[in-house]
Amino acid sequence: MKTSGLRVDVRGLEFSYDSAPLLQEIDLQVERGDMVALVGPNGAGKSTLLRCLARALRPRAGVVLLDGQDIGRLPVRQIARRVGVVPQVQTLDFDFTVEEVVAMGRYPHLGRFGRPGPHDLRAVREAMDATRTSGVSGRPVTALSGGEQQRVAIARALAQEPQLLLLDEPTAHLDIRYQVEVMELLARLNREKALTVIAAVHDLNLAARYFRRFVLMTGGRVLATGTAREVLQPDLIRRAYGVEVVVIDHPVLGCPVVLPAGAEGNGYGQG
Amino acid sequence: MRTLTAAARRATGATARIQRQRLLIASLALLVLATLVVGVAVGAVTVSPRGILGALGLGEPPPDLERDIILKLRLPRVLLAALTGGSLGVAGALFQALFRNPLADPYLIGASSGASLGAVLAIALSLEFHLFGLGAVPLLAFAGSTGTVLLVYALARERGQLSVLTLVLAGVAVSSFLAALVSLLTYLTADERLHQIVFWLMGGFGGASWNGVRLALPYFLVGSLTAMAFARDLNAFLLGEQTAHHLGVDVEQTKRWVLAIASLLTGVAVASGGVIGFVGLVVPHVVRMLGGPDHHFVIPAAALAGASTMMLADAVARWVLAPAELPVGLVTAMTGAPFFLYVLRHRRHMRFFGEGS
Repeated sequence: MKTSGLRVDVRGLEFSYDSAPLLQEIDLQVERGDMVALVGPNGAGKSTLLRCLARALRPRAGVVLLDGQDIGRLPVRQIARRVGVVPQVQTLDFDFTVEEVVAMGRYPHLGRFGRPGPHDLRAVREAMDATRTSGVSGRPVTALSGGEQQRVAIARALAQEPQLLLLDEPTAHLDIRYQVEVMELLARLNREKALTVIAAVHDLNLAARYFRRFVLMTGGRVLATGTAREVLQPDLIRRAYGVEVVVIDHPVLGCPVVLPAGAEGNGYGQG
Repeated sequence: MRTLTAAARRATGATARIQRQRLLIASLALLVLATLVVGVAVGAVTVSPRGILGALGLGEPPPDLERDIILKLRLPRVLLAALTGGSLGVAGALFQALFRNPLADPYLIGASSGASLGAVLAIALSLEFHLFGLGAVPLLAFAGSTGTVLLVYALARERGQLSVLTLVLAGVAVSSFLAALVSLLTYLTADERLHQIVFWLMGGFGGASWNGVRLALPYFLVGSLTAMAFARDLNAFLLGEQTAHHLGVDVEQTKRWVLAIASLLTGVAVASGGVIGFVGLVVPHVVRMLGGPDHHFVIPAAALAGASTMMLADAVARWVLAPAELPVGLVTAMTGAPFFLYVLRHRRHMRFFGEGS
């Protein structure tokens, strides 16, 4: 798969549903090949921002540019050829096989009547290999575990051969082994193909190990951007999450680790 | 995936599934031919298959009476049943995809009550006009069906977007109201028009003519072929509107087109045969169970299976109480429901994907 990342520019983005503003004055620049974690409490606007980036929502104001092009003016299929999205929830009521679902990732490239060719097949196979879903390729998606379904969703997005990958809580249903696996996969794709990755992640410590840049959101606004070390500061986290934390260095990897502190806990483990 | 090498196909396991789908389509095509012959042969007067071939010019022509029965009565009727069944099969598949619900049927958003109102009005008011060689009843049935769907669509549209949930709710509300009107009209009607109303509401192909077949055929062909053009969009749609959007599908446009095609097919079906239930619900469902949800398979399979089912139901309707006729809708309801329950209970053994699931 040949890919190289997209540059994303967000200027003055605002979005509201009826009268409640969900995003306000969002300005953001993501360079080609950047790997960005969107963090923040529930309701901060992470999902909303991702959906605006994917053109699933139309903003009330502001603009989103992909490599300088306004996505509001691009046809949806063109966007889908360059932007892969892994949403938070998947409705799977129909028993397509894993392979049929992943192969749908080629639709943006095939159009309405195009026939899949060797290149399409290879893209599908590579996507399944990368997500370790080849083993279940013939099984119906409805028979998979939550974690397996998540990996299939990622495979589908990868089959699109995107230049920008947007993920909404990609590790939500995964156990720790697969959480690491998915993150390693994203990191590898980012490294090898300079794929731009923007992911909403709820696990701050997992994100700190893999994401070069952090965007901390709260109340529909961007509170801070920077490296993990710059953003994962106790006072910023207190302002965003309303919780007291200490930040230490990972004993092996050196990256920041956020630990809740100041709550009473249950009295275990002390002394 | 037909342009791939055999080795590449094996590598992905696509061969077995596609082969099975092809086999199913071929079997269904044969089934259509078989039920066509059965349909023409059965009735108050049993006609032999040789007689059928003869009437069609393939062999010794049968006696005049038999020939007339075949060509003037049976064939148009059976063909109309086939077109109606095929239309309902495809419409059902489209509605099930649109609502992402395997229990949706073509009458979900008011097509049947609208058609009923139109037909009952025509009968109750003894309207007698003809357009394109069609009588008042089928014309008003079609108009009622299409008009109701348009109304429900207009009610469900909010800010340029169509929520399928709102569509269903609006459909239920409008359906109930129209059904009440139909009941009122039925109550106020006496004499033999009442019998006509009741008979129409139960569905049947008694009044079939070559004209009806000629008119229904293009609608069925255009509707089915257009539906096939949306096969990919519908597949993506089954994964959810968000995911479909992310795959480059214009979701709102797809909804509008699919709704239009499905409603057109349903309108033609009710105009041709009255309100015949269960075919639009069961046929796509069973077809999906046998061959998977890919619409490149489901749409043609539903058309073929729907045609066979309807021809068979019509044959049963003519045979069970011969020389009297049962309404076809009665046959489909009485056999469709238990059949569906049976399939529901044994679906695990009938699942297409037997391995490892």
